[in-house]
Amino acid sequence: MELTRRNAILMGAGALLVAGLPIRVSAAAGDDAIAAFTGGAEVGTGDIKLTAPEIAENGNTVPIEVSSDTAVEILVLAMGNPTPGVAKFKFGKLAASRAASTRIRLAGTQDVVAIAKLEDGSFVKASSAVKVTIGGCGG
Amino acid sequence: MAKGVKPRVKVPKKAAAGDTITIKTLISHKMESGQRKDDDGNAIPRSIINRFTCDFNGENVIDVTLEPAISTNPYLEFEALVPEAGEFKFTWYDDDGSIYEESKKIAIG
Repeated sequence: MELTRRNAILMGAGALLVAGLPIRVSAAAGDDAIAAFTGGAEVGTGDIKLTAPEIAENGNTVPIEVSSDTAVEILVLAMGNPTPGVAKFKFGKLAASRAASTRIRLAGTQDVVAIAKLEDGSFVKASSAVKVTIGGCGG
Repeated sequence: MAKGVKPRVKVPKKAAAGDTITIKTLISHKMESGQRKDDDGNAIPRSIINRFTCDFNGENVIDVTLEPAISTNPYLEFEALVPEAGEFKFTWYDDDGSIYEESKKIAIG
């Protein structure tokens, strides 16, 4: 193929499309996970708090904390990971507070999302952007 | 059974009835995510702890579903109500079917 200006532009566009593909696939998987949790219900904002560091030097262990006063379940997702699911907390009768903290892996700079199912059946969401210096999913 | 799995739990020995206590749990487990490759480029199969539960005298405190994005040596911290003296029971479920258990007694005083 002769390398004309038109062909060069086409090739560039093609390369961009291919490069952008994995990110979009992963984002769609995250949306699917949200839909599976909420059953398609609308997700508002409100009684949920997600604490995550702004910058994580090491993506292998990023401390996070979720809390919500009226949640029965909290789902945590890492939207930029190869598999977006992180954890799902179900609070029982003897849970003193609807809060938990743990350490998670992040593949790269991305948004961490927490969605809570409240006692009245509605869903609320909080998200936090985390900058990751070294990814935690090992190539 | 994955090698070298050792659960560690921190629960206060005593509490007042109706008190809120903080429980910290850690279990040594490599939590292989299934994304990594070995030196020959073959994917290392996933091997993680996929569920953790904590019960007090048969009543559930917390039930957590863990995914591969949980770090090596999964650490969990949460709060529980202590209505009476009794025993906390912690259970971890491994992908390979193993179940790791740990229990801690708590007294009222």
